[in-house]
Order: sequence, then C-alpha cells, then structure tokens
Amino acid sequence: MNDVAIGTGEAVVFWILGPIALAGALGMVLSRNAVHSALWLVNTMLALGVFYVVQEAPFLGAVQIIVYTGAIMILFLFVLMLVGRDSSDSVVETLRGQRVAAIVLGIGFAGLVGAGIARATQDLPVTGLAAVQGGDTSNIQAIARLLFTRYLLAFEVTSALLITAAVGAMVLAHIERDPGTRRTQRELSRARFLTDRPQTLPGPGVYARGNSVAAPALLPDGRLAEDSFATGIEPQEVEQMPRPTGRAQLGTPDDALGTLDPAPERGQR
Amino acid sequence: MPELSPADGLIASSWLLIALPLAGAAVLLLGGRRTDRWGHLLGVATVVSAFVLGLLCTVQLDGRAVDVDLFTFVSVGSLDVRAGLLFDPLSAVFVLLITGVGALIHVYSVGYMAHDPHRRRFFAYLNLFVAAMLLLVLGDNYVALYVGWEGVGLASYLLIAFWYERPAAATAAKKAFVMNRVGDVGLALAIFVLFAQLGTVSYAGVFGSVGLLTGGTVTAIGLLLLLGACGKSGQFPLQAWLPDAMEGPTPVSALIHAATMVTAGVYLIARSAPIYDLTPAARAAVLAVGAITLTIGAVAGCAQDDVKKVLAYSTVSQIGYMFLAVGLGPIGYVAGLAHLLTHGFFKAGLFLGAGSVMHAMDDSVDMRRFGGLASRMKTTFVTFGLGYLALIGFPFLSGFYTKDAIIEAAFDRGDGWGSLLGWVAVLAAGLTAFYMTRLMLMTFAGRPRWEPGVHPHESPPVMTVPMVLLAVGSVLAGFLLVVAFPLEEWLAPVFGAPTEAEHVVAPLTVSLLVTAAMVLGVLAAWVFVGRREVPVTAPVRVSPVTRAARRALYADTVNESLFMRPGQWLTRALVFIDNRGVDGAVNGLAATLGGSSSRLGRAQTGFVRSYALSMLGGAVVVAGVLLAVTVG
Amino acid sequence: MSLTNYLVLAAILFTIGAVGVLVRRNAIVVFMCIELMLNSVNLTLVTFARASGTVDGQIMAFFVMVVAAAEVVVGLAIIMSIYRTRRSASVDDASLLKY
Repeated sequence: MNDVAIGTGEAVVFWILGPIALAGALGMVLSRNAVHSALWLVNTMLALGVFYVVQEAPFLGAVQIIVYTGAIMILFLFVLMLVGRDSSDSVVETLRGQRVAAIVLGIGFAGLVGAGIARATQDLPVTGLAAVQGGDTSNIQAIARLLFTRYLLAFEVTSALLITAAVGAMVLAHIERDPGTRRTQRELSRARFLTDRPQTLPGPGVYARGNSVAAPALLPDGRLAEDSFATGIEPQEVEQMPRPTGRAQLGTPDDALGTLDPAPERGQR
Repeated sequence: MPELSPADGLIASSWLLIALPLAGAAVLLLGGRRTDRWGHLLGVATVVSAFVLGLLCTVQLDGRAVDVDLFTFVSVGSLDVRAGLLFDPLSAVFVLLITGVGALIHVYSVGYMAHDPHRRRFFAYLNLFVAAMLLLVLGDNYVALYVGWEGVGLASYLLIAFWYERPAAATAAKKAFVMNRVGDVGLALAIFVLFAQLGTVSYAGVFGSVGLLTGGTVTAIGLLLLLGACGKSGQFPLQAWLPDAMEGPTPVSALIHAATMVTAGVYLIARSAPIYDLTPAARAAVLAVGAITLTIGAVAGCAQDDVKKVLAYSTVSQIGYMFLAVGLGPIGYVAGLAHLLTHGFFKAGLFLGAGSVMHAMDDSVDMRRFGGLASRMKTTFVTFGLGYLALIGFPFLSGFYTKDAIIEAAFDRGDGWGSLLGWVAVLAAGLTAFYMTRLMLMTFAGRPRWEPGVHPHESPPVMTVPMVLLAVGSVLAGFLLVVAFPLEEWLAPVFGAPTEAEHVVAPLTVSLLVTAAMVLGVLAAWVFVGRREVPVTAPVRVSPVTRAARRALYADTVNESLFMRPGQWLTRALVFIDNRGVDGAVNGLAATLGGSSSRLGRAQTGFVRSYALSMLGGAVVVAGVLLAVTVG
Repeated sequence: MSLTNYLVLAAILFTIGAVGVLVRRNAIVVFMCIELMLNSVNLTLVTFARASGTVDGQIMAFFVMVVAAAEVVVGLAIIMSIYRTRRSASVDDASLLKY
C-alpha cells in the first residue's frame, strides 16, 4: 500500500473551496428568502463537485454538477415558485428554546464527530486510485466495471426505485376528478359572471411602463390592482404611463363627474 | 334402611305431587293479571289434587320404600346426583301432612285473602312453597333435599314479605332469610363432608356406608346437620327469626311457620337417623338444643301480648319437644314425628283461629284489646278451644298422647340426664298450659276491651270449615296415630320394629305428672289473668323475669351484640381498608401513572422539529459514548 | 494537508445541515438542508474511496445521488399536496401528530 502524497495544488484548492462550501451552507441556513437559500446551496454543491474531481472521481463530479446542481436544484426552484413565500420565512422562532438547543447540540455534534474523525484518521494513508483507474482504464470504466458486476442487483433495484418515485410523484401531484365533473366552458363562463368580477384578472404591468412580474397592474384610476400581485415578490412602486391629468385634456364628461384628480389614492397600499 | 323397590303403579307418577303445585305457581306467576279472577281456585285445585294423589300413593305403598328414578340432575366428575324420589312411609306421612293441612289452609286463604288485591300472587307463592316442601321430603338424596330446603326458604321469604310495603314485614323477611342462611351453610357443609368422605349424597349410599367413617367425622356431620335443622326450625340459637316471621299473612304462619316448613329440621334429623344413631355426642347436642328451646319458647310465650307471637313462641317450644324426642334416638323418633303430625293439626288450627279473630278485629293482634269474643264468634271459639286443649295436653286429645310419649321417652333414657330432660319437659308443659290459658282468657273471656269502631263478626264458611276440620283433626289425631293406627307400626320399615320400652317411670305416672302440671298452669293463668281486669296497655312496672320474657330472654339483644355489632364494625373496618388502603393504593398508582404520562405526553408537541431535535440529541449522546468508549 | 480535512469539512457541513433542519420552518428549505447532509456524506464516501484505493465508495455515492433524486421527486410532490390542502409549506403547521 503506497502512500500517495497530497499535492500543494490540492491543498490550495481545498483551502479556497472549503470556506466557500462552508459559506454556502451557512448562507443557505441563514438567508430568509428560500430562493436565496437554494442559490447558496447551489454554491456549496458546485464546490463539492470540484472536490470530487480533485479526489479522483471526475464522473461523480460531473454528475454532481449536472444532476444535483442542474436538475434537482432546478426542481427545488420550480416548487418554490409554485408554492411561493409565506410566513415560514419569518425569522421569529415559535418553539421555545429550539434555536438555542439546536445550535448547542449542533456545535456539540460537530465537535464530537469532528474530533472523533480527526483522531481516527490522523495518520490515514492515502492509497490513491492509481491501481484501479489510470492508464487505459478511465474512472467511468472503473465505476462501470464494478457497477455492472458486483453491484448489478443494486443497480437494477435502483431502476425500480426510480420508476416508483416517478409514479409516486404523479399520484401525489395529480388531482383526481370524477369523470363528468369537469365543467364546460358555458358553466365556467356563467360561474364567472355570477361573481363580483366578470372580467379577466389584470395581467402584470398593465398601464405601467414595465411589464415584469414584479410590476403589478394599475387600475384605471391609477391604484395598484391587488389581483395582479405576484406571489413571493414585494409589490413595487409602478412607474406609470403618462395620462391626461389637466382639465383641458379631460373634456366634458369628466367635468360633469368631478373626476378632476385622476389618481387620488395612488400608491396607497 | 329397608330395601328399595322400583316404582310401580301410581307411585311411579309421584313426581306429579311436586309438579302440580309447581305448575300452579308457574301459571299464576307467569300468567299475570289474566289469572287474577280464577288464580286462587287453580292454587287450591293443584294442592287438593296433590293431596288426593298422595293419599292414593300412600294406600299403595304398603310399607315399602319406593325409589322413583327420574333423571340425572348433576353429573360432575365423580359427583353423580340422580334426580329421584324416595317414597317411603316417612315421606308418605309428611306428604299427607303437607298436602292435607296445605289444602285446608289454601281453602281458608280463599276467604282470608278475599279482599287483598294481590291474592293471585299469594296463591302462587303458596303453591311454590308446597312444591318445594314436597321436594324436600320426597327427594332421595341430600342434594334434592337441599334444593327443596332452599326452595321453602325462598317461599318463606316471599310470603313473610308478602305485604312488603310494611317496613316491619320486609325487615322480618330479611331477618328470616339471613338466619336461615346461617343454618343452610351448616347443611351445605354437611353435604360437602358427606360427598368428600363417602363420594355419594344419596340416602341409600350414605346410610349404607356411613358406618365406615370415624366417630369424629360422623359427629361433625351430625352437628352440621343440626345447625341446618336449627336454622330452618327456629331452634336455639337461631330461634329469633320465627316470632318475627308472624308479620306475614296468618295462613302463611299456619302453613309454613307452624305446621310444615319449621318441622323440616325434625324431618332432617329423623331422615338422618342412621347417622345420628352412630354419634351419641351429636344426639346429645340435639337434646340440649331441644330442651333449651322448649324452655325459652315456653317462657317467652308467657309474656307476649301479640296473639300470633304467643302462638309463634308456642311453635318454637313445641318443635323443641320434637327435637328433644328425635335427640333421644330410636326410642324417640316415632314420638317426635307423632307430635309433629298432631302439632301440625292443632297449631295450624290455632293459627287459623287467630286469623279469624284478627279478621274480626280489623287485623289487630293485641290481645289486650280483645276480650269477650266467645259469644260473638262461636265457631272460632269452639275450634280454637279444641286446638287449645289439644296443645296443652288435655287428656285424650292429640297433645296428651304425643307429648306424654315424648316425656315418657325422656324419662325412659334412664340416667340423670333423662330425668332432668323429663322434668324440664314437664315444667314446660305447665308453662304451655299457662300461656295458652292466658291467651284464651284474654281473647275470648272477660269484658270486651275492643278499640272503638270494631265490630267483631264470625268469619265466612270458607274460613270456618277448614278450622272445623282441623279442630276435628286436633281432637282425633292423637288417638288415631297412637292407639288406633299406631304410627310406630307404619314407620317400622324406617326406624325398625317397635320394641316394648323398659319404662323407668310408669306411663301412668308420667301422664298424671303432666296433667298435674297442666292443671297448675291453667289455675295459675286463672289466678293471674282470669280473675283480674286485663289492663289495656301492658304494665310497665313488672318483675325482671317478666321483662326478660317479654324480650324473649334477650335473644335479639344477644344476637345483635354478639354478631351484628361486631359484624358491622368488621364491615366498616373492611370498607375503610378497602376504600383507603386497597383502592387508595390502586387509584394512587393509577393517578401517578396517569399524571406522569399526561405530563410526559406534553413533550409530544406535534412539531416535527422538536422530534428532530431530540433525534439530534440522541445522535450527540451516541457519538459521545462511542468516542468515550474508543478513547477510554 | 491530509484527507482528514475533507472529512472534518464533511462533518461540519453535515452539522450545518442538521441544525438547518431544526431551525428552518419552510419545508422546502428543510429539504434543502437534508440534501446538504446527503452531500456531505457523499464527500466522505469519495474521500474514503480515495483513501482505500477502491472505487466502491464512489459507487456508494452514486447510489446516494440516485436515491436522493428519487427522494426529492417524491418529497417535493408531498410538499405540493400538503401545500394544496393547507395553503402553507410550514412544517410547524402540520402539528396534529401529538398527545
């Protein structure tokens, strides 16, 4: 068993990316906004991916970046966008003592496990993977050789797991409707006209200068249309299109109605 | 015990004797108000037909002992109780007494209970009683006897408490039931011992092998049987319930508490004669019980003002005579049973007469408010008077023959104890004459002391005819049973052929002694009661003897202070221990566990994060322990 | 510099993930913290694979990733359906499993 020395380059990489990974983890836990948390986590995962590559596991590094960072985290963001923000982002802790206890226990756990690992692996020899990969055997080939021989059964079972997960997700996300309960267009239309609001909901940015999701629609009198607020985003002050405000421009009907100030409650919300 | 012969002829259907009254009771109890109109007639009919059947069976019997095998009653392990009837001369005598006197009293009750809204229920209970009593005397094993024994106890309870709306009646019924239970425990234990020792409970099996037992066991069985007999027959020390049982309707007192049920103890001892023959100690106990009871009853009877209580104490006393007789062994069985039969007649007649008087006096029982009734109620007076003469042993009436026979037998024992018993019996005969004469004088003679508004009148024929018949029986029964058709010969198959006893004291002397005692008693009654005006309220300043007699020699007081009070203390202590100690421990444990579990349950907040926190805590502990073990 | 550094880093990341699970209430963020814990374990596996000179550890990490992917799919679907019925993604709101 030949001890392979760890090169200076790797040490440099570790000491740069290690703090970055830590910062990402802490940022994920500490940031109020769930979207920010996801982005912090992406940061940590990318750093870990690099660690994999450095530690002679280029295949895993690629999978980490493509599957984890690319696919899974995007799935997270998707669900975040669907669910939106709510009170769970509040920083107020509702369970008494939970935060303090969690931090104390966490520090204790980290201390114990870290000390234990450090003590146990202080003089751990680094064998390196040169024997199984390298030369004409790539990392992927080494993994595949083992995966399709010794771990074949586990691999096949994994496929069953994935199928089950896919079906399970569909079952859980699916909304069951009895046949025939789907409403026709006529019924939908009728139901809509029975409400206080027969017209369509305003889209974002109507009458506004911009049309981003963050820009709510404006009502004809210039107030913000609450229906058009996007979830998860603070409604912004909308920069309005210029509109007639003066007496001369309004003409006679407005005169008669007394709507002299076109936006009396603007920006009230 | 004579050889058993199989059932044949009419005797094979002797089970009908029990079934008829039982069916009557069932119909009357289950039929409800629909049977109100004719229920009493059905009740009379079943008993009369049972009497006729019993009479025919007796005629066919001819000195045999017939075993009527019916079906298996209990079959558990080695205990195999056949439900069978034993129809032998002894049970035949009882069957005739029960159905005969019972039929007369049923007829009487038709009139006596005419105005009672619950007459149907009354007849149902009476029929139930007759059925149970017949089972008691006809059963061919101790278990059947026990079933009948409990059946008559139940019927007695129901009938004493027939007017259950009266607190006194309900209390008396409870008292009777509880005191009977004390005796019943003795009987049950005796049966258990018999089964444990002999493996059988049938009379044939027991009497065949009882000689194999040790003397101590036989004595124990005899004493336990005696305890049962004392409870049922109102004998010392369980005599206190019988006078209180007079709270029931008078026909009940006549039938159950004078003529039949209370003599079941005598029957039990006579039936168990083969056991008692082997154990002089138990026989001595029977003698002692009889002598003590007959004295207590006679003394207590002298001071009672309640006409039915006087008769009740008289019953206690007369059954004491019967116990004394059967306690004497072979020389006394027949005498005791003869007295039982004649007593059944004249005491039933006396009770019916008392009932007639009460009927006339608006259900009053206070003799101090009677008086001068002889002219108003001639039939009652004559029949009652005949019963009275029979009871006190007036020459050539029933009591004279049978009571003298018992006293003779006592003297014939020959030793000092026999003389003592004989003299006690003679003394009690005098007391009997005293209290019965007092009763007669206070009720029928003298000046009327009636409550205002009471108008005595003679009872209707449906009541007087049974009284007349019983009076005839009272007069003739002794002569018939002792002289004309000697009971001794009839019962010879059961108790052995009569032997000419060696008389220690000549029979004539005994008769003269008893008659003299009787005359003295009557004269004393005349001196103390007849010559003077009877006060309407009982005098308060009386001698201690009178006071003791009024309280029945403090039997209730003794029972209360010896058993009831300590029992209550014990119960209270046990209840306290149970509530505070046992329940307290159990409840305390439960409360502790419940409280702590609900407090621990609070930790289950439902918040997943709390649970996860405890998981992390656990992980820290595991890591710490692991590290400590590895390093240490 | 030795492989211990990687392992200690993994332990610290794991702990941060665990503490995150305990202090965050948004179910999705809690889920992300779990992913972080899984990742830190993967780092450990890869490190040990390198130390022992076999690729078995890498295969373990590979399987962990597969399972994590399946778990994310199902878990997020569960969060979706909970959100649909309760209009909330807070783990504290689903607190009926108690005394």
